[in-house]
Amino acid sequence: MGHPTTLFDKIWDGHTVRSIDNGPSVLYIDRHYIHEVTSPVAFLGLAGRGLGVACPDRTTATPDHNIPTENQHLSIKDALSRNQVDMLIDNCQKHNIPLYGLNHKWQGIVHVIGPELGLTQPGMTIVCGDSHTSTHGAFGCVAFGIGTSEVEMVLGTQCILQPKPKKMRIKIDGHLKRGVTAKDVALYIISKITTSGGTGHFIEYAGAAIESLSMEGRMTLCNMSIESGARGGLVAPDELTFEYVKGREFSPKGMDWENAMEKWSVLKTDEGALFDKEYAFNAEDIDPMITFGTNPGMGTSITGYIPLSSSLEEGEKVSYEKSLEYMGFSGGDKLEGKTVDFVFVGSCTNGRIEDLREFTHFIKGKKKAQNITAWIVPGSKQVEAQAQEEGLVAILEAAGFELCQPGCSACLAMNEDKIPTGKYAVSTSNRNFEGRQGPGARTLLASPLVAAACAISGKITDPRQFLN
Amino acid sequence: MPIEKFIKINSSAVPISIENVDTDQIIPARFLKAVERKGFGDNLFRDWRYDKTNKPIVNFALNQTKYAGQILVGGKNFGSGSSREHAAWAIYDYGFKVVVSSFFADIFKGNALNNGLLPVQLTQAELVQIFASIEDNPQATFTIDLQNQTFVLDASGSSFDFDINPYKKECLLNGYEDIDYLISLEKEISFFESNR
Ligand code: SF4
Repeated sequence: MGHPTTLFDKIWDGHTVRSIDNGPSVLYIDRHYIHEVTSPVAFLGLAGRGLGVACPDRTTATPDHNIPTENQHLSIKDALSRNQVDMLIDNCQKHNIPLYGLNHKWQGIVHVIGPELGLTQPGMTIVCGDSHTSTHGAFGCVAFGIGTSEVEMVLGTQCILQPKPKKMRIKIDGHLKRGVTAKDVALYIISKITTSGGTGHFIEYAGAAIESLSMEGRMTLCNMSIESGARGGLVAPDELTFEYVKGREFSPKGMDWENAMEKWSVLKTDEGALFDKEYAFNAEDIDPMITFGTNPGMGTSITGYIPLSSSLEEGEKVSYEKSLEYMGFSGGDKLEGKTVDFVFVGSCTNGRIEDLREFTHFIKGKKKAQNITAWIVPGSKQVEAQAQEEGLVAILEAAGFELCQPGCSACLAMNEDKIPTGKYAVSTSNRNFEGRQGPGARTLLASPLVAAACAISGKITDPRQFLN
Repeated sequence: MPIEKFIKINSSAVPISIENVDTDQIIPARFLKAVERKGFGDNLFRDWRYDKTNKPIVNFALNQTKYAGQILVGGKNFGSGSSREHAAWAIYDYGFKVVVSSFFADIFKGNALNNGLLPVQLTQAELVQIFASIEDNPQATFTIDLQNQTFVLDASGSSFDFDINPYKKECLLNGYEDIDYLISLEKEISFFESNR
């Protein structure tokens, strides 16, 4: 037996082709997801070098960032968006890359379809030109977002040069209270360690409260790792993980499954393995959360008050006040009861079937508030179909909501789904940056449950009021 | 596109003393629709630079004629958020060769280095001194010497050391790209692939 090793090290070291002295590692990549926005320049670069795609079968493409969420059967109206999607189709055809395009039954947000199709499997290294690639860490993967130059490297060589991050462990013991979801855990952690607290690190989430999360919940949590600055986050795979992966389109079958299970069963951090940094939180301390500022670390319990800038350090005040001014809030304000205009449910953070179920169960038998415009956007075609099958769509419609077609939508507002200037949106996505959901839009990040409570009351509302 | 060699730069600087500048501010998503790496500098800090009617916002540093140069100085935690390499392209395309901060987000830092844009990470105290020196004299110049890993305030002669990964330093000094190195390992990579 060697010395105790972390799960992260086991996967990283197992994929290291070579380590450069005082430099980055050459890391072999098992799975590469690509989409229309960050890939065209990479393909151009490849062509310029006369290179092809090294492993098309390790690459999967889908358009998601830039597509409309209605009338997907028609040609995309916006010429620039259409051009990007056409380029993706072209590049995939040229290089034999499997593509799940618009109207394909498997299309969706990259980070939703990867796990859904069984392409994401424990122990893999996974990259994508998108920072929320950290989502796939929920399966015990080393998964992280990369830039376009790196997309080109992976396309061309199936490898990437990466400095090895440090290791952090965040333990959450205890039981989550009623009405508290994985999203709240994520927002709570970031509010504690700040948006740069994880920088330079890869996080392993552990403890009873993490183990009790569903796979969807773990994906939500790992997804938000990047918002603490971390390269990624992972959870050691367990029975729940294997059960989720089993039987999916691209998961191993028969003997391959047996072999895979054998390999996957050792994917844990050994007792006594060392981390560069450790945090421990208690699940009972976490309430439903909501953000009030312009970065994901500016969050508080939904029953909380916006901190006064006088409570901050001198250097931080200017940015803090700028942020509150943008949001139209003042220090000392109570959040509950503030009127909101939009509710957005979707994105790779909370656009999976479990999120739609949670939202739908909450609003069942209630009515959408008059002042609310709601965009409910499934993360994929499969989620859309499942919502239809399970009868969620009918419940939503009865309450005055409708389901859009899948895509990133108002998470980054590259398509038509933009929150108008000055309007407040309670959003289940991951970023509340200035203008993220449209120029001048004001975003309040929250869980699908909080979004549901706000959607029926028209103002910031604690969902626990309705839970008995 | 091969990257330009970076050796030494002497220039005045543009200060953006805001913390947590995320890449959505550096280049908003609606400008990511291009399929070529061109023209992103025009939309650098678009929504901080122009109002809704496309009029320049006079208070913003990029619109103030007293500030110019190849050095961008930003507040703590620069480049957080989205992995869009367009952020590094936009800064470089605008004419900056160096970004200074007391803390950079990981992906932004990597993207900058892959494009010949040098991220210089100094201490918070040093950063404060630089902002003060620019406020004192917007024409103040600074010298960044990559070989010696120093950032010098020319007026006072104060010199700050900065860290950079030795491998990345070699790449920048010589204009090498990571992908060329990876391509040179083709055999080793196939060997690795067939033996796992
Ligand atoms: S849903 Fe949002 S965060 Fe997720 S991949 Fe799409 S744009 Fe990025």
